[in-house]
Amino acid sequence: MIKSNSESGTSLRHVVKILNAEVLTGEEPLDQTVQHVECTDLMSQVLAFIKSGNLLLTGLTNIQVVNTADISGLIGVVFVRGRSPSKEVIAKAKEVGLPLFLTSYSMYEAAGHLYLNGLPGSTE
Amino acid sequence: MHYPRHEFPIKEMDFVRAGEASLQVKKILREMKAENDLVRRATIACYEAEINAVVYGRDGVMSLEVDDEGIYIYVEDKGDGIPDIEQAMMEGFSTATEEIREMGFGAGMGLPNIMKNADEFTISSAVGEGTRLKIIFRSGWTTEEA
Ligand SMILES: Nc1ncnc2c1ncn2[C@@H]1O[C@H](COP(=O)(O)OP(=O)(O)OP(=O)(O)O)[C@@H](O)[C@H]1O
Ligand SMILES: [Mg+2]
Repeated sequence: MIKSNSESGTSLRHVVKILNAEVLTGEEPLDQTVQHVECTDLMSQVLAFIKSGNLLLTGLTNIQVVNTADISGLIGVVFVRGRSPSKEVIAKAKEVGLPLFLTSYSMYEAAGHLYLNGLPGSTE
Repeated sequence: MHYPRHEFPIKEMDFVRAGEASLQVKKILREMKAENDLVRRATIACYEAEINAVVYGRDGVMSLEVDDEGIYIYVEDKGDGIPDIEQAMMEGFSTATEEIREMGFGAGMGLPNIMKNADEFTISSAVGEGTRLKIIFRSGWTTEEA
């Protein structure tokens, strides 16, 4: 099993590379370290279980995703399948300093790529 | 020390502004130098309560009171009320519509999560009249002058 970076985590910059992602929020500093990744479309699940500092992969793009991520202290949000949020949602994320990313991979593919690159889930 | 009371209106089915009241509470707690974990717990509880008021309440209000002993958050709405509170508190129970589920809510986890994060949580409701939540935080709360 490949677990190269699991102890030290992976930087957001590296995540962008792995997912061939677009940084929607512009010139954010992307040096923060991602410890764990979670995939869900349930905001209450994020609020109940996801630790601050985690990265969220989701298929939802409404403004409550940004509020939920902000309130939960997440390190960033990746929108999958090339579904981009609206300008208003991106503006809100910039306002609160939450990096947003867009990948054309599906949730399953995006998660798989990150996992193979050494990012574990939160139960490991 | 004098602490002002704050009130924030919550609008029925306004999904664009939903969350604003909770973010105001977060800002105020930050300004009062509350520790990060406490701010996170309080804001999560507020947000779950606010979303419920937006979705199930017919307009509401969130108020924040603070004293040397703790942080007190009240969320009141004039919605249909909850017929069976014990059932509503159960994880997984939800009456959310398809529209709400598509927004990422309706997992039946909000009320249990408020309970989990708060130091004290009471909920009272009258069918046809509305619902009132009282959410209290004490642990981790220290006032600067203490
Ligand atoms: N303010 C309220 N007024 C009327 N009914 C409510 C209110 N808050 C909660 N309920 C009822 O209790 C149920 C459970 O609420 P809870 O917040 O736990 O879950 P949910 O809102 O359905 O889903 P989630 O919070 O996970 O998005 C709701 O589906 C609803 O039927
Ligand atoms: Mg809820």
